[in-house]
Amino acid sequence: MTYLAKPRLHHPKLPANKLGYTRRDYEGTVSTLCAGCGHDSISAAIVQACFELDLPPHRIAKLSGIGCSSKTPTYFLGNSHGFNSVHGRMPSVLTGANLANRELVYMGVSGDGDSASIGFGQFAHAIRRGVNMVYVVMNNGVYGLTKGQFSATADKGSKSKRGVMNVDESVDMVGVALLLGATFVARSFSGDKEQLVPLLEAAILHEGAAFIDVISPCVAFNNHEGSTKSFDYVREHNEAVNRLDFMPPRAEITTQYEPGAVSEVVQHDGSVIRLRKLADDYDPHDRIAAMTYMQERQAAGEVVTGLLYVDPQPEDLHRNLNTVPVPLNQLGERELVPGAAALEQLNASLR
Amino acid sequence: MSQPTTKASVNDFVVKFANVNGSGSASANNLFAKSILRMGIPVACRNIFPSNIQGLPTWYEVRVSEAGWLGRRGGVDLMVAMNPQTWDKDVASIDSGGYLFYDSSKPLPASKFRDDVTVIGMPITEICNKAYTDARQRQLFKNILYIGALSALLGIDPIEVEKLIGEEFRAKEKLIVPNVKAFLLGRDWAVANLADVDMRLKLERSGKVGDRIFIDGNSAAALGAIYGGATVCAWYPITPSTSVAEAYARYCKKLRTDPETGKARYAIVQAEDELASIGIVIGAGWNGARAFTCTSGPGISLMQEFLGLAYFAEIPSVVMNVQRGGPSTGMPTRTQQADILACAYASHGDTKHVLLFPQDPHESFEMSATAFDLADRLQTPVFLMLDLDIGMNDWVTQPLTWDDSRHLDRGKVMTREELDAGKEFGRYLDVDNDGIPYRTYPGTHPTRGAYFTRGTTKDRYARYSEEGPIYVDNMQRLLQKFETAKALVPRPVRTDAERQTQFGVIFFGSTAPAMAEALEGLREQDIHVNTLRLRAFPFDNDVDDFIADHAQVFVIEQNRDGQMRMLLVNECGVDPTKLISVLNYDGTPITARFITREIAEKVGVLKPIPLKKKVAR
Ligand SMILES: Cc1ncc(C[n+]2csc(CCOP(=O)(O)OP(=O)(O)O)c2C)c(N)n1
Ligand code: SF4
Ligand SMILES: [Mg+2]
Repeated sequence: MTYLAKPRLHHPKLPANKLGYTRRDYEGTVSTLCAGCGHDSISAAIVQACFELDLPPHRIAKLSGIGCSSKTPTYFLGNSHGFNSVHGRMPSVLTGANLANRELVYMGVSGDGDSASIGFGQFAHAIRRGVNMVYVVMNNGVYGLTKGQFSATADKGSKSKRGVMNVDESVDMVGVALLLGATFVARSFSGDKEQLVPLLEAAILHEGAAFIDVISPCVAFNNHEGSTKSFDYVREHNEAVNRLDFMPPRAEITTQYEPGAVSEVVQHDGSVIRLRKLADDYDPHDRIAAMTYMQERQAAGEVVTGLLYVDPQPEDLHRNLNTVPVPLNQLGERELVPGAAALEQLNASLR
Repeated sequence: MSQPTTKASVNDFVVKFANVNGSGSASANNLFAKSILRMGIPVACRNIFPSNIQGLPTWYEVRVSEAGWLGRRGGVDLMVAMNPQTWDKDVASIDSGGYLFYDSSKPLPASKFRDDVTVIGMPITEICNKAYTDARQRQLFKNILYIGALSALLGIDPIEVEKLIGEEFRAKEKLIVPNVKAFLLGRDWAVANLADVDMRLKLERSGKVGDRIFIDGNSAAALGAIYGGATVCAWYPITPSTSVAEAYARYCKKLRTDPETGKARYAIVQAEDELASIGIVIGAGWNGARAFTCTSGPGISLMQEFLGLAYFAEIPSVVMNVQRGGPSTGMPTRTQQADILACAYASHGDTKHVLLFPQDPHESFEMSATAFDLADRLQTPVFLMLDLDIGMNDWVTQPLTWDDSRHLDRGKVMTREELDAGKEFGRYLDVDNDGIPYRTYPGTHPTRGAYFTRGTTKDRYARYSEEGPIYVDNMQRLLQKFETAKALVPRPVRTDAERQTQFGVIFFGSTAPAMAEALEGLREQDIHVNTLRLRAFPFDNDVDDFIADHAQVFVIEQNRDGQMRMLLVNECGVDPTKLISVLNYDGTPITARFITREIAEKVGVLKPIPLKKKVAR
């Protein structure tokens, strides 16, 4: 298997965004994942979200761990720097990258094995620290790349394709993210682009730790009857709490929604998330209520999707560390090296 | 060799304090050493402490040396025995003719003493109980009291002690007077009661310290990171490396805070473990910031997978390894040089890494700053190989120096302008034929210079490939890059004996001061050796030449297996029988006496028969 370049024939009629880029400019190389893999749909949603947000592709950095899911950064944003790191450790690499240059958009891509098994600790701590990032878990409940073993998000009692029963409790990553203080928490489904794209857009503009758990069926190892991460199961049990429309700060707000069913969330940068509430009792500003609601619906066998929690005024790691506004990787010698005179003073104090 | 005995001496002896951890002795003992230093007499201090916060034995050894020997000599001339738990061992360790100073408040049977040692008793507890009512004061001032007595016995200038107390408590002024009082209480008692002790160890003002400073290697390395332009530090607490991060934080606050906004030109993250620490360093290095982590053996073990990634994906990163005794948790508060191989070949697959071996705090500063230049220039991890002895002890060392005309070498980074001008970019293209490719920082250019970083195999344009020849091509280039490194790392230092000799000695790191003194000891026995102090791995040709120039080469190390010797055999292709290990690995810093004895014995055995005699036979 080698690198497959996508033909770069620009269709004259391809629409361009405000920066003059077409969707093609946000794509990567041809995917080598299985045909029908949920991960490919998520890649497409990322392409669309970045295109629609008019993001300069080179101002995004995409980082991942190891797994089929972690391979996807090759398949989107070909003009962005990417880093396919080691299994379960994307969060630390992303944290370091973010510390070096706070001005880029950081897209962390991971799998359920990558983030809920081997990298559970790193996932938790990056969330705790409030790293300004979009953390996407492509959640299929299995290890795809190593051929179908259970991951830590596999439901207790679910059966693998080979008929083995999972007897361990499953990790609910959304629950963990809420508990550890993520300031943007959402769940979606790879097959629901209408919900996923605006969620990604809102998460990208969110200036804190944004976590999106995307259920993404593995057609090779986890799409059979009885699997709660199969296309059919999720379609049937998807309980969407809200549908959203996302407006970046510069977009004109034109559409009107019926009052009562609509709630608006204005983010720190002025962008507006408009929630079309499906579940009346759902309030995405209340972390505790969100946790309770999730638990209740889950007990009823439903997969709650939508924007589950958002803090419109998030804090992030840089704010907590009180770092200068200039990216650290752009500081020059004058700002970094205190010089011979300062050292002489230090010497004098050490005699 | 005859048993060492304590001789009458001015400014040349060893004092050892045996204390209980957490009893407040550390600052008093430090006061003792520093006051001698202020009298212009070089001292070398070593803390031998347990992995414990309170209660276990701890020792503090002060080598006083007019001649300027800064290593451990070995042996003890004056033992200040303040710990009943270790009494027997402490008393036994005194050189014949030496002195035992102890708290005589409670009588001890005669069997607890030695005939060949002068015993000096002072009822410290009794005096303290009389002078103080507060329990805490009774305990704390015991230490100051014995410093007072020692000052009278040895001839420490009380003015220096009082000045130091003033400096120490500058921020808590009301503590100055009571401390000075306690010091004088002890001193006056000694003047009145110990006048007839035949004290043959004396201190006299000298001018041998010069402009040297008193600093520990970890602080110096942290300062080196600041001068080397490091902005990101990620770490996880582990003795003996913790104080690197703490010093970096302290000095950054002072030297790296934007004076106008009060904002930080640095970021420090106490990570959840060492995997995260090195991950953060690699992420920051990839994104163009200078980053480092500090750790010790167990942390190095945890970082293995990531170190291979950094090597293979070619990401600048600096790892400060303050070595302690391994394996496993080993001797967490004792010193060793036992991670040489673990660092030189860290990670799975074929890897080799750049190592730097500072000999003292001065070089720790210098090499720490250099490590960041090397990491950027070579686009690879660079290890600063400190150890507990250098890292956690205060050393008398040359002042730290910085040349304002020195610039940070950011290595081969292609800029937006160069990309605009149409310069060809391939992340792993060897343009200059030195094995070092160009890189771009993320976010540089809208359409050019982006690439994908991965730990899997790739071609010269960073495209994924599983083709054998492409993989081999990349691995060969990495070897070539390592060859390039030889010319960039600090050169070894060769010192030849005054006389022609067939014997060579190779040493490195904290062994240096003890080695310097051992050379003197060997000369006195008419044994002459040439020496080579290694300062870095990969070894350059000077190392091969040095080994070739000698019939036998002693390799002095502080580990069990002779790890540096293995590295030399492996990398320089020398005949293993030529290299003879001299190994100290009991966790205490190597001594001059040990090196002298080992080499003298081995030379005696090895001494080649002169050619003429051989022929005559
Ligand atoms: C340290 C380490 N252990 C094991 C592996 C093997 N491995 C590769 S991918 C993977 C599981 C990936 O699962 P997940 O993150 O869910 O990704 P998916 O393939 O399901 O998208 C494993 C165990 C590895 N690469 N590194
Ligand atoms: S194995 Fe599963 S997760 Fe991996 S590419 Fe195939 S469908 Fe996707
Ligand atoms: Mg998976």
